Amino acid sequence: MKLRFENVAFTYPSGVRALDGIDLSIGAGELVAIVGENGAGKTTLVKMLNGLLHPTSGIVWVGAWNTADHSTAELAARVGFLFQNPDEQLFERSAEREVAFGPRNLGFSERKTRERTRKALKRVGLLAKAQVNPYDMMPFERKLLALASTLAMDPPVLVLDEPSVGQDAAGRARIGRILRNLHRMGKTILLISHDLDFCAEHAKRAVVMAKGCILADGPAHTVFGQADLLRQAAVFPPQIVRLAQALKMPASPLTVGQFVSAYSKERRKGKRAN
Amino acid sequence: MIELRNFSYRYPNQTRPALAGIQLKIPKGQFCGVVGANGAGKSTLCYALSGFVPHFYRGDVSGILRIGGREIAQTTLGILAGEIGLVFQDPFNQISGARFSVREEVAFGLENLGLARRKIETRVSEVLGLMRLAAIADRSPFELSGGQQQRVAIASILAMQPKVLVLDEPTSQLDPHGTAEVFEALDEITRDRETTVVIVEHKLEWLAEFADRVVVLDAGRVVMDGPARKVLADDGLKKLGIGRTQYSEAAASAQKKRLFRRSGILPITLKQARAFFK
Repeated sequence: MKLRFENVAFTYPSGVRALDGIDLSIGAGELVAIVGENGAGKTTLVKMLNGLLHPTSGIVWVGAWNTADHSTAELAARVGFLFQNPDEQLFERSAEREVAFGPRNLGFSERKTRERTRKALKRVGLLAKAQVNPYDMMPFERKLLALASTLAMDPPVLVLDEPSVGQDAAGRARIGRILRNLHRMGKTILLISHDLDFCAEHAKRAVVMAKGCILADGPAHTVFGQADLLRQAAVFPPQIVRLAQALKMPASPLTVGQFVSAYSKERRKGKRAN
Repeated sequence: MIELRNFSYRYPNQTRPALAGIQLKIPKGQFCGVVGANGAGKSTLCYALSGFVPHFYRGDVSGILRIGGREIAQTTLGILAGEIGLVFQDPFNQISGARFSVREEVAFGLENLGLARRKIETRVSEVLGLMRLAAIADRSPFELSGGQQQRVAIASILAMQPKVLVLDEPTSQLDPHGTAEVFEALDEITRDRETTVVIVEHKLEWLAEFADRVVVLDAGRVVMDGPARKVLADDGLKKLGIGRTQYSEAAASAQKKRLFRRSGILPITLKQARAFFK
């Protein structure tokens, strides 16, 4: 499902201008990273996709829907959210009930709801904790539980706000696998993150935001290589990109694997030249 | 100095101990990182070092935990608060809820310590500058973004100038420049070798850059402990669910592919990686 922001501006009631004329189109099935400093407007921008906020001016399209004409409940069937702070979206007394809430609300039968719930809990590795109260879980588990709730609704668009925060390497790898899987299924995914190593591993396209504007938008390997531009958004290039640049490699690898093969290719070339 | 001798702790109604037989000596002025998989006991260690275990969280404690000669179990939280500062994982838990501006929030702890008005004002403005909060000093702590709240939480603790600073993932919501600033500020604080920093952090890249030492927890036990340079390069971190920096991973992978004959310790920082691959 396509997304489009048409000259979108937003000013908070306090007078803080959070977004300033954003134009952005996301194609169906794209996995786009949105990066930038705290307060750049990333979360404000995506909250418009399910009507939690409405633009002060401009139009936000979710598929063929203008978000101004649809309720948050309607939009929730199209756009699933993983909030930065999972506590904003958890309220049931067991993990299972928490995850079942979405599909049940969408009108699925009890059997189908149960099936989806179990599957989503399994995907995030929490099936064994189905009966545990979310508030007895550790913060990283609550994040995974919130992700399961989103997955259970199976929306065509997913917005993941800092999914890898607070996760250890194993949790990060798990979330990475889920992302790749969703991408393969053709979901449209917006990944908001300060973890550029993680973004570089998964996103093909990157949008850089600062002070309510878009500073850059393009292929990840181009955008993540521009240290000066990223600096304006309080972000550093991914570790592996910095290493490739420090070694003045002509290739622009985004992952450790890409770096090592580019490096080995160069060494072979170097040896032949000698 | 911080000293844990055979320290164990179990939360109420839990069968497994959260910390088991911890032996640690952290000298004054050290910048000590703590890493471990989720659920390894890192936050519990922070609670123990700051006295929340056993004074707030009940449960079973055994062994000894001393900081600067004081036995934590025998010292009240009121006294500890003046000497040990804890920055919580969730900044929301830190904010008092009793103050209406960032400036007042940062002053709150100092007022409770009974400092003179003048002194409070000086320290508050110093810390607001250091944590780049001056521009939002008059905003309500509740109207801030997660990252801004995290800065306020750190500032409130820094203002109290504790001898021991314990931080539980203090940069989780900060942008990369904000993270760099926090680490630089902590580095500055430990430079005089008077203040001790113990920090739980998943961002290994920053520990690699700044920590003197890294302690690795697994299932409540210390399973590795040594200079950051050595611990963070260790191959065993992967099995413990912790991982390594991309610099170490790239070097390990290149070695495995026999692009190098040289063995020895892997790079953990950009500078070391550049030298390694050159």
